[in-house]
Amino acid sequence: MNGYVSVMRVRVFELMMLLSAGVEETDAQSKPHQYSYPSIFIYGHQSSGKSHVLNVLLKELELPHATVSCVECVSVALLFEQVLLSFFGCHAASLLPRSPSLSDFVRIYRQQSSQSPAKQTRYIVMEKAELLRDSDANLLPALLRLQELVEDNVTVILLSEIVWDRFRPNTGCFEPLLLHFPDYSKGELQHILAQDRNPSYSDEFYSAYINILLGVFYSVCRDLRELRHLAALNFSKFCEPLAEGKVKETDTHKLWRNIEPHLKKAMQTVYLREVSSLQWEQMQQMEEKENGAVRGLSAHTHVELPYYSKFLLIAAYLASFNPARTDKRFFVKHHGKIKKTNFLKKNEKTSNHLLGPKPFPLDRLLAIFYSVVDSRVAPTASIFSQISSLVTLQLLTQVSHGDQIDAPKYKCAVSMDFICGISRTVNFEIIKYLYDFL
Amino acid sequence: MSTSSVSKGCFVFKPSAKKKKTLSLEDHFIHGCEGADESKTRFKLCQDLWDQIKTDNELLQDELNTKILDSLLDFTRKCSSTRQHSDWASHMRASEIPTAALVLGVNVPDHDMTFQSLSELLRQSVTPHVASVQAKECRALKHLIKRVLERLLGTDVTVDDDEEEETAQTSALLHKSVHCSLNTLCDWYTMNTKKSYSLTPGKKRSSPVKDDLQQPPIVIIFKDLEAFNARVLQDFILICSRYIERLPLMFIFGIATSPSTIQHMLPHSVSSLLCIELFQSLSCTQHLATVIDKLNGKVMQVLISIFLYHDFSVRSFIKGVQLALLEHFHSQPLSVLCCRKKEALLNVMQLGHRDLERIRQLPSFKRYIEKQEPQEQEHLLTDETHLKEVCRRLIKDLRKYHKHYYPTLRCLHTLTSSLPRYPLGKQIRELHLICLEKNVWENEEYQSAMKLLKMLAKDELISLLKKCAEILQHSKSKNMKSALLLLEAMLAKFKQLDTVVAEPPPPAEESITSPVKNLPKKTDLFQLQKALLEMNESRRSKKLSPFEVLRNEALQFIDSLVQSHLSPPESQTLYEVCYYSSSATVRRHLNAAPRTSIQAALNSPFYYLQNDRLKSEDGSVSNAAPDICIVYKLHLECGRLINLFDWLEAFATVVSGAEGNDPNSDSFGKVDDVKHARFIRAVSELEFLGFIKSTKQKTDHVARITWGGC
Repeated sequence: MNGYVSVMRVRVFELMMLLSAGVEETDAQSKPHQYSYPSIFIYGHQSSGKSHVLNVLLKELELPHATVSCVECVSVALLFEQVLLSFFGCHAASLLPRSPSLSDFVRIYRQQSSQSPAKQTRYIVMEKAELLRDSDANLLPALLRLQELVEDNVTVILLSEIVWDRFRPNTGCFEPLLLHFPDYSKGELQHILAQDRNPSYSDEFYSAYINILLGVFYSVCRDLRELRHLAALNFSKFCEPLAEGKVKETDTHKLWRNIEPHLKKAMQTVYLREVSSLQWEQMQQMEEKENGAVRGLSAHTHVELPYYSKFLLIAAYLASFNPARTDKRFFVKHHGKIKKTNFLKKNEKTSNHLLGPKPFPLDRLLAIFYSVVDSRVAPTASIFSQISSLVTLQLLTQVSHGDQIDAPKYKCAVSMDFICGISRTVNFEIIKYLYDFL
Repeated sequence: MSTSSVSKGCFVFKPSAKKKKTLSLEDHFIHGCEGADESKTRFKLCQDLWDQIKTDNELLQDELNTKILDSLLDFTRKCSSTRQHSDWASHMRASEIPTAALVLGVNVPDHDMTFQSLSELLRQSVTPHVASVQAKECRALKHLIKRVLERLLGTDVTVDDDEEEETAQTSALLHKSVHCSLNTLCDWYTMNTKKSYSLTPGKKRSSPVKDDLQQPPIVIIFKDLEAFNARVLQDFILICSRYIERLPLMFIFGIATSPSTIQHMLPHSVSSLLCIELFQSLSCTQHLATVIDKLNGKVMQVLISIFLYHDFSVRSFIKGVQLALLEHFHSQPLSVLCCRKKEALLNVMQLGHRDLERIRQLPSFKRYIEKQEPQEQEHLLTDETHLKEVCRRLIKDLRKYHKHYYPTLRCLHTLTSSLPRYPLGKQIRELHLICLEKNVWENEEYQSAMKLLKMLAKDELISLLKKCAEILQHSKSKNMKSALLLLEAMLAKFKQLDTVVAEPPPPAEESITSPVKNLPKKTDLFQLQKALLEMNESRRSKKLSPFEVLRNEALQFIDSLVQSHLSPPESQTLYEVCYYSSSATVRRHLNAAPRTSIQAALNSPFYYLQNDRLKSEDGSVSNAAPDICIVYKLHLECGRLINLFDWLEAFATVVSGAEGNDPNSDSFGKVDDVKHARFIRAVSELEFLGFIKSTKQKTDHVARITWGGC
């Protein structure tokens, strides 16, 4: 696993400098003269090695640290608890009161750290730190200068995918040290991926494979995790001709010709998770027998709906994409001849479909529904309950707040293709009723 | 109680507690039943029949679900077993959470049953750790985690008792919602599995199967994926993926619409953490078709239309059937006869005088009587024993009719369901409905279907006929058996045709060309046309190959079968015994129309209050009606904006009229405090019901919200 570390020498070097500052001092004397820098902010794209490098370093250097993922911390209490737990053990964490505040945390931390003073800098690593912005307003500034608050040699390291500028609160705060992890280059990726080779094959063979893989996927995906995943999935196929004895390990060209179509196919299916990796493996095994037996996720778009639900959905679509003024033209029998140009307003010249669905009140939906549906329908409770079940199916969305029961507003959330399919099943020509297609 | 003080549309009289006994179900049934003397037997019959239908239905549902549930179980087993392999490839792979996407269709009310049986099965055969969550209880991530933990740790309390102390501890921890993290779950899980390790070594050798399940997976079922907040779900999956190394987690998504919702809800970064496999459950229409198939004949137009139009829910459909059944037994005293043959015959003998009179009143029986000889008529009308005899015979006939009806129906369905454009419907229920309504052979669609059948190719026809023969084999009655024999004979003939093969085809060209020669040399256009038409006719009639002859014969046979057995039940005497036809009642009970009933109450309060003073002829509200009715009536006469003062004046006038004041006196129509208060109250009630709302356009006006009479 040192592959990562060796590839990113520059970044690691910087980090080492920062981290070891704390180490050296504590080695020299029992009490550090000066604390390390209070907070560090590390940013870079997904899987550019931020947490991995950091974790490896902290482990190798045997520094006391607590790693917390901010996604997991539903409440701040969880965050405090985890930090205390990994620094001072169980009993410290249990000292926290129910729904603790920041000052509770600071109090307990000070108390504990005075009992067991730090020999080395303690590190708190916060993964996915961008979520901290959504929590209490005082949390982020306080974490940035936690060192001052608890009077202990502690450094908070924030890991994030977004730049620091987006973090800075309005009120201003302590500026952390910024450290950027750039994306891996192609060469670096190649180097890292080649590290985890299959033990039963030679180094050269595997790196040749990685080379081919990157040739196909590099243009669409630079995510190391994903690439590793794909490499693992497709390797068995790559080795197939070798196992059959058709090709030698060195005959790269033939191997390439064998694997390339598979990788292309993988790009369309597995990479988009249309087909799960398990299914992909099965597909590879039975490839020769039948093709395309497994359909992707998005192939199943057909939705069966009750009869009136279909019309409700159609009515909702019409209400969302037609301006309310034009209802008269579409749904009143003797509307006379109104030309489109007559009621074009300036802002309506753009297609309503480009602007997206507009909210409409329940009354309008029902009015259109009654005029669209061919038979006479009594306004029964089940019609209304169908509207709400359409909302739970996310075919409609409720725009107004759920508490407002007076005149709820909805939006239609289905696509043109979908509604065309629906209206075809009930013999309704929706195009005729759409203002955009007049 | 004085009605003048009451302005609401309903009264609540509290029954004195002593009088009121808790009535059993049976008492409820008997209460208000027509012909109370036999109501007990009827109740029993009803319950028996319902139980039978219910068990049938449950069996059926289990059958339908087994397939999908089995595949799901396999999936979970496979996942938990692959987890334990540790070869290079699985080590390399990004750790994905195995996920099953279960597409169930939009009949949401039915899903509960499926999920319940699924989780039970999982618990029995794969893992004790199953938690199912619903969207409505998980608004935020915190709640979701809490629910999952509760379900997982909570189930364990019931499973093994020796761990009570510990679970008590954990539950104590749980009360502090601080500890609701997956970390807790993780600790709990390792502790649990370790324990089973140390406990089982003795047992382990005996059951090698259990070795696979040393680490039973934790299954989390999301019942309604669409309703979940996308954000919550994403976060939850992110968290879970952090723990996947330590916890064998597994998800099952219940999806109502289409699997592409997963892609809509979860961004790539999240969905890449999942290893999704798709399971499609049976569509609900198929489900319904099989359900109906097993029910006996009742008129269910309404029920089916509710099903198709409204909710697609099989469960509510069954509820509807139950209601129809209950209603049938409740309101039709003669339904005692709707049971097994022997019992029915027995019951006939026990019919009392009143019941026999009822039989005579039945329209179908009247028709029957009219057809008889005058002497026989008299006999039937006076002699009770004779009537009983006839009844017995008629009931036997009815049963025979049923026996013939269903096989024939199925035969016809197999023949017609594959025709292009489905003249008689794709599903058997459509055909069933057509047959129930009127004579099917008079139907236009039936004719066209027959025409289409006449154009079938040979092998198709043979396979269809074979299917029919199979259906007929199941029935026991004599008629059907003879029909079967005929059919088989026909099939044999078809086969013979095969063996004889290719009699030299009639010299077709000659037959076509020869008449042309016969044409007179000089003709006018009209004659030519006529000649050509004739030619066409003759060509058609002449050119019947033996196959075609046989085909026509077969179809005639089917046609005769249909004509003799598929007559609608109304044509049968005593059909009222077994058929329930008041669709209006069912509709009223099942298809709630709140607005219509509110309006009915306001328009004619008599309907609900049963007070004679409120009765009025021409739909107008008498001035003695409750205040809200008067106010409602007055507001119907107004436009979009209603002036409150005018309204109050009108109200006062009407109310004064009710109090019997002299119309000429000064105080007549004057607004006093009481009237004012009553008016305000009525108006605010109207606002509460959603008929008017306050408006900002004019200060002393309210806006009307509803229009029209309905």
